[in-house]
Amino acid sequence: MSEQFEPVIIGFTCNWCSYRAADMAGMGRIKYAPNIRLIRLMCSGRLDPTFVIKAFAGGADGVLVSGCHPGDCHYIEQNYKAMRRFYLLRKLLSQMGIEPERLKLLWASAAEGQIFADEVTKFTEEVRALGPLHWNPAAALLAEQTFHQPAEVAA
Amino acid sequence: MTTNGKPKFAMYWAASCGGCEIAVLNIHEKILDVDANFEVVFWPVAMDAKYKDVEAMEDGSILLTLFNGAIRNDENEHIAKLLRKKSQILVAFGSCATEGCMPALANLSPLEEVVSTAFSTVSTDNPNQIRPQPTYTVPEGEIYIPKLYPIVRTLDQVVDVDYYMPGCPPESHQIAAVIDLVIDVLKGKAALPPKGSTIGAGGSTVCDDCPRKRDVKKIKEFKRIQDVMLDPEICILEQGVICSGPATRNGCSALCPQAGSPCIGCYGPAEGVIDYGARLLTAVASVIDSNNPEEIERIIDGIPDPVGMFYRFNLGGSLLRASKAAWAK
Repeated sequence: MSEQFEPVIIGFTCNWCSYRAADMAGMGRIKYAPNIRLIRLMCSGRLDPTFVIKAFAGGADGVLVSGCHPGDCHYIEQNYKAMRRFYLLRKLLSQMGIEPERLKLLWASAAEGQIFADEVTKFTEEVRALGPLHWNPAAALLAEQTFHQPAEVAA
Repeated sequence: MTTNGKPKFAMYWAASCGGCEIAVLNIHEKILDVDANFEVVFWPVAMDAKYKDVEAMEDGSILLTLFNGAIRNDENEHIAKLLRKKSQILVAFGSCATEGCMPALANLSPLEEVVSTAFSTVSTDNPNQIRPQPTYTVPEGEIYIPKLYPIVRTLDQVVDVDYYMPGCPPESHQIAAVIDLVIDVLKGKAALPPKGSTIGAGGSTVCDDCPRKRDVKKIKEFKRIQDVMLDPEICILEQGVICSGPATRNGCSALCPQAGSPCIGCYGPAEGVIDYGARLLTAVASVIDSNNPEEIERIIDGIPDPVGMFYRFNLGGSLLRASKAAWAK
């Protein structure tokens, strides 16, 4: 068994382009890193940043946000909203100590199965190189509570 | 302790500023109703009582405890657990107890840095770099001060909480309404809301209460409040100044926007919002008027401190809770 770190990656794809790109990759038997767990949304514009934050807080090492190419959105312009949120969210996450490279935006059309597969593999390797995130603020708290405390306060 | 047969009431401050206590006293003559219907057994800011008096009480003997303040040190945690045991109804009162508020912004920095800011910055006269020690031996014995925890927690991250009352501080008319409700419950005229409810606040957003005119929001540049003369009639966010109204629970009657200042989000997440900062970020990012990545990044440069802006009151209660620098060794 290999000892190398296997990152947990959550991928949000849109119903009309990027999920179909993943389907295309599957039908074409294109191999790509199995670390990604895809979640299909109707549109990348449906992606509430809460989903991304929850993924990181729940143990993900990387998050991929994927949608139709700019101008190709099934819902006219919602992927632009996803893009605006992406840049602001990435800035916010880096302030929290989550490297910007852990969050990736990928445009993939329904025909781009190969591109989707290649990018997922590339992203997996980038996150692997960053190492585990293992978000767990409570752990620090448990460790810190082992200090000596007079018995009458500890009650 | 003597007792007059009235239900017992307690109020405590943990990591807080004292504003919540002032808000309670600000209910004016309604405070007489509190006195008429309750026996105040523990309220450090208003009366003398010792922790050992509370420890000596029977479990569940206090009917209502309003707990304000976040959990910053072991004393806060000890009293939170003690009051939980002694109280039938424990209310997380105010922003610090419900979501961390200002004290939880310390969750962006390692504890050493927080202590250093307090004891070693240029404005501090501390030539020998003295630090408070958790314990110290004097002729009379060992004395101690509470130990700081590396991250600040909300009350419900430490003990089970029955109700949440948001606000920094909660508005006095909302406090008065809650007191009226509790008195009605005591008299059998009303029922308590379901456990876990948010009380003393609305179920919508501040925008819903805001009288300013709203139109299409398109922002090319984020401005800071001191750099712009705000139009008194138009939505503040539309004028390029970030207003927290879209993500914030109503209950304050939109006081700040009506006074010409953006909502800063002190009433916490609106009903159904899981992560306050994520919701506000969504609202703010969506109205950026550009489809060009470089231009978007340039516009975002106008928000120099996104965490401080979007989690001003809610970092402790957010999904991430603390920056990696604060919790990772």
